[in-house]
Amino acid sequence: MKSMKLMGAAIAGLVGYTGVMGTSLAQDTIKVGVLHSLSGTMAISETTLKDAMLMLIEEQNKKGGILGKQLEAVVVDPASDWPLFAEKARELIEVSKVDVVFGCWTSVSRKSVLPVFEELNSLLFYPVQYEGEESQRNVFYTGAAPNQQAIPAVDYLAEVEGVERWVLAGTDYVYPRTTNKILETYLKDSGVAEEDIMINYTPFGHSDWQTIVADIKAFGSAGKKTAVVSTINGDANVPFYKELANQGIAASDIPVVAFSVGEEELAGIDTGPLVGHLAAWNYFMSVDTPENAEFIKAWHAFIGDEGRVTNDPMEAHYIGFNMWVKAVEKAGTTAPDAVIDSIVGVAVPNLTGGYSAMMPNHHITKPVLIGEIQDDGQFATVFETPGLVVGDAWSDYLPDSKDLISDWRAPMSCGNFNTASGTCGGMQGQ
Amino acid sequence: MASALRLMLFAGLWLGLTFGGAHSGFAQTNPQLTPLLEKLDTRNFKQKADAVAAIAAIDDPMVVPLLKTLGAGDLYRRKSDGTYFRAIRKGSAFALHDLVSGDEVETLSKSAVERIIVNNSMRGQIDALLGSLTLRSADPKQRLSAAQSLLKERDPSGLNALEAAIEAEEQDHIRDVMIAARSAIVLYDTSAAQADRLEAVAALKARGGRSMMSLLSGAAGDQDPEVADAATAAAAAIDKELQFWALGQNVLYGLSLGSVLLLAAIGLAITFGVMGVINMAHGELVMLGAYTTFVVQDAIRSSAPHLFDYSLLIAAPLAFAIVGLVGIAIERGVVRFLYGRPLETLLATWGISLLLQQTVRSIFGPTNKEVGNPSWMTGGFELGYLTITYNRMWILVFALAVFAGLLLLLKKTAIGLQMRAVTQNRAMASDMGVRSGMVDAMTFGLGAGVAGLAGVALSQIDNVSPNLGQGYIVDSFMVVVFGGAGNLWGALAGAFTLGIANKFLEPFSGAVLAKVLVLVFIILFIQKRPRGLFPLKGRAVES
Amino acid sequence: MAHSSLIGRAVAARSQAFLLVLLAIAVLVPVMNLAVPAGSFFHIPSYGVSLFGKYVCYALLALSIDLIWGYCGILSLGHGAFFALGGYAMGMHLMREIGPRGVYGDPILPDFMVFLNWKELPWFWHGFDFFPFALLMIVAVPGVLAFVFGWFAFRSRVTGVYLSIITQALTFALMLAFFRNEMGFGGNNGLTDFKDILGFDLQHDTTRCGLFVASILALGLGYSICRFVVRSKAGKVLVAIRDAESRTRFLGYRVEGYKLFVFVLSAMLAGVAGALYTPQVGIINPSEFSPANSIEVVVWVAVGGRGTLIGAVLGAIIVNGAKTLFTGWFPEIWLFALGALFVGVTLFMPKGVMGLLRGDGGGGAKIKLLLEKLGAARTGRMLR
Repeated sequence: MKSMKLMGAAIAGLVGYTGVMGTSLAQDTIKVGVLHSLSGTMAISETTLKDAMLMLIEEQNKKGGILGKQLEAVVVDPASDWPLFAEKARELIEVSKVDVVFGCWTSVSRKSVLPVFEELNSLLFYPVQYEGEESQRNVFYTGAAPNQQAIPAVDYLAEVEGVERWVLAGTDYVYPRTTNKILETYLKDSGVAEEDIMINYTPFGHSDWQTIVADIKAFGSAGKKTAVVSTINGDANVPFYKELANQGIAASDIPVVAFSVGEEELAGIDTGPLVGHLAAWNYFMSVDTPENAEFIKAWHAFIGDEGRVTNDPMEAHYIGFNMWVKAVEKAGTTAPDAVIDSIVGVAVPNLTGGYSAMMPNHHITKPVLIGEIQDDGQFATVFETPGLVVGDAWSDYLPDSKDLISDWRAPMSCGNFNTASGTCGGMQGQ
Repeated sequence: MASALRLMLFAGLWLGLTFGGAHSGFAQTNPQLTPLLEKLDTRNFKQKADAVAAIAAIDDPMVVPLLKTLGAGDLYRRKSDGTYFRAIRKGSAFALHDLVSGDEVETLSKSAVERIIVNNSMRGQIDALLGSLTLRSADPKQRLSAAQSLLKERDPSGLNALEAAIEAEEQDHIRDVMIAARSAIVLYDTSAAQADRLEAVAALKARGGRSMMSLLSGAAGDQDPEVADAATAAAAAIDKELQFWALGQNVLYGLSLGSVLLLAAIGLAITFGVMGVINMAHGELVMLGAYTTFVVQDAIRSSAPHLFDYSLLIAAPLAFAIVGLVGIAIERGVVRFLYGRPLETLLATWGISLLLQQTVRSIFGPTNKEVGNPSWMTGGFELGYLTITYNRMWILVFALAVFAGLLLLLKKTAIGLQMRAVTQNRAMASDMGVRSGMVDAMTFGLGAGVAGLAGVALSQIDNVSPNLGQGYIVDSFMVVVFGGAGNLWGALAGAFTLGIANKFLEPFSGAVLAKVLVLVFIILFIQKRPRGLFPLKGRAVES
Repeated sequence: MAHSSLIGRAVAARSQAFLLVLLAIAVLVPVMNLAVPAGSFFHIPSYGVSLFGKYVCYALLALSIDLIWGYCGILSLGHGAFFALGGYAMGMHLMREIGPRGVYGDPILPDFMVFLNWKELPWFWHGFDFFPFALLMIVAVPGVLAFVFGWFAFRSRVTGVYLSIITQALTFALMLAFFRNEMGFGGNNGLTDFKDILGFDLQHDTTRCGLFVASILALGLGYSICRFVVRSKAGKVLVAIRDAESRTRFLGYRVEGYKLFVFVLSAMLAGVAGALYTPQVGIINPSEFSPANSIEVVVWVAVGGRGTLIGAVLGAIIVNGAKTLFTGWFPEIWLFALGALFVGVTLFMPKGVMGLLRGDGGGGAKIKLLLEKLGAARTGRMLR
């Protein structure tokens, strides 16, 4: 008797539960999924991107939406929990029936959702600079690949500042590891000796930098101009820079060029002692163009706070979103296959005064900007590549990836075509 | 409103044009300067650097303030007429000041001015140029910084000025720097006589220290084998000396890390160690302390900027009080129903920690908040060859002061006596008339308040974000368990042991592995001494 | 005697019912996913299958914690470590099964090793291409770790919160270690991009249903084992240890042996849960080792009702279901709900959902309990 009741309750619960999960509305809007962590460790960076997406969607709706339909944002919180990213991605696509997803920040979250997008054939726009070594049919990488950030920065330091000795300091995860591998090969190829390169890794959220900063200081006292190439991840940067400043390392002694420090990260630090340290991005808030001024104005109006900054991943979303809009209009539908076909070659204005185009390898063209930190928490651009740099999915400086290319147009339609063997590698080969 | 503004702008422009000659340096500038100044307005840094070098060669009272302003990144060009000013940001506008006299000329919007950007190498160049120009300044501070920047940049064109300045200098410590700067220039001047260069090596070696070693090892590849050998030997000698000091430096780093751990853990030593409450919200209480500091600083910035240096002194008691009250609220609202079920306090306080985190995130947003270091916590000083940074030093002092204060409170005051009594034997204490409920609330509040104090200190070295507390919670528990719960001295010994152990392991194993090894060590240590370094003795031991 | 057999029969009836429910779910879910057409009200989307599969794995993990905490008083705050180790063992097998289909086409090395320039497979990766070996490792690695850890800890009589804290240290240390790329476990990214299991495509609905059924079976088996243990004579000793460890020892029982046995068993169950979890969520990475995750599992058990095996299962499913719904419905404020749930459960439902179902943990009981507590405080009978 009791057992029957229990069983009945369980099954009723099960059916009811899927019923709840499956509440999909009639398709009178185009749904845009936003998959950014709003809690947990990554909320600090990703919440801003969620707001940026909501703003872009709102603005597009004011312009009349797309294909005569209004856009509807579906926001979920994957809570900085990587398996949850996969679950939420599936929920967005299967249950909420979104047509496109903008989201993810960390590499691991992207890796976690990749199979989902592949299986359910949906679209993901990924807005953050990353380690490369990936090109997937359903993913569009609007952030920088290593050749759009790291290599120009190193070139700049070597040429302009005459740096001969390099500290590659990073947080111990895949982006710094890969970037440093690429840089190590690149530096050695350009004649830097083994003993002039120091590589150091620290855990996430590392807060005690005394020893490492002292080591850097010692490494820098070999009589050659030394620079630090920092791939230190978000949270650990504040204590790192504080320690640098306090131990008296100024940018004129040992400059630090960072790939993960943007306006948002600097908002938490008094940048007075950091003036002159560098960062390489594809966008700075300080860039003086009408598009950027308008974007910043819209952002301040949307968020209701004049003090909020804009940053590179926000620009990446801006570019990615506009590319998607244009591709949908071109294809006349939001169907993923049609959009994947139509988006290659689409060019939209970026915020730095030029156009960015979607390349066949699903990476985009961008200018590379190198900026020095100013005392107001902004960057002053001290170098800009003369032309646009094409994002390279497979690095030329890693032995196993230098033969790989990616082209998602027919007839090749392959993310990892091996030019040496003339075959498309194992993944997503069909 | 808008038209009035336009009128004002127009009037300002008119004034500027009419009396501009009298105020701004431009109209009456040296005719040699004018074409050079125009060259500054370019995005080509090479051209800019050439212009700066040419400007420095001109004898004009405007040169030094111009270069100083440029080096500081405050040089702006007025777009309307191409005049240069020192501009200071005023909200979204800029106040233009005359370069020579420093008088405020007018205030313009951001779009009406253009900043002259310098890069790192130009900043170095300007420092060196200013160095040669200000070596004979009347202000000893300026002379010292001039000598230091020459030493850093080793600009050979400054040699003559340096020789003259050494002759004229009366203060020994400044002259020493000047001599070092001259030696550095001579050492790197391959055309100088060998004897002079060898002498320079000896002088630099005698001065010692890391930057001299850096200079000397830079000359180790010199063409002249004798100079190269001497430089190599001198660098090695300094290195050896530094190695010796490195040991002391490591202890210092360990003490500093230990003081951070102590601060983070000492509140827990009370709530967990003394009361037996597994307070998983401890980290969040630390975070609340850090946010209190932020709010205090924010208020000071907007209403009384001159008090900024006192911000921490104001924040500390406030943080203690506010977080202490939060602690009392938690104890009265939740924890008191869970005494005797220590493992369940863990669950409830875990829930509270989520609530606190999300509350802070909702109020202040998820991003880092800027908490500035007051001037007395910025920078560092050298003691022998030890680098001691002020913020670490004060945190160490603060941690010890908090420790001593707590010890006094527990050992010398009536409430402290009651706390200890309730801890040791609640029933007996109650029978003697101690209001154990009140004492519980006070004890928990005290632990929370101390966590708040820790937050004030940690805001100086770490991110102030809703995640602040999570980074310290595991470490804090390790310290308390390692030291022996219920004993403040245990927390002290535990924190410093773990801090120093970590810092001695780090150079060999890297930061990550050092931490792993320390954790493994704690696990093994607990097997040996299941109650930590300083176990509580007596009946309270058996729970 | 008659009375106790009555209770025994009631308990047996309940557990039979539970197993029946599991069986029904194991049959119904695949049918509702595969056979019922997509538009129907009774259709369960694939999303639901892998989601429920995940819950079932969590339920098995919760069961393993309940076995040691609910019945033996060992509060492990590091059980996520055993779960993750099982997951990694399975992940390593799945990585090896990719074979030459990785992006670089290397027949042996997984992708993450290729682009970080590993030249050969580390020794501990050998053998994982052989499924039975991987299966063995799934239980052996957590089991051996639990044995070593437990052997030292229980022999040294590390108990109560001290034990909890060092289990936390254990999982924290493992998390940091697995984060290191030099370890050869893929660092922060962990193991991902799996293709298939035993030749079945992991992206296929039937495979998903198969894994789901396997998880249900594992849960049913795990439940039966736990039930057998707690109802055996040894189970009574375990409860005795939980309630009065010293007394049990004085009565001549070798407390350490019992504790060690149940701890190892529990770690193995957690390992199995992790192994089933990995292919269903498609990724295993070091964040599974994070102390916060392990604490959360304990919370599930508390919500469901500590010391009742069914409660642990219910708790895991209720909390995770709530989490799934809340993160979708109120992405901005769901942590408030979760936090409040934890506080509320410990304060007002000390016996969890099961207590509520049985009617001895509800509102009236709560007030009674508070009065008791206050009375206890006044008379000074409070335990420390």
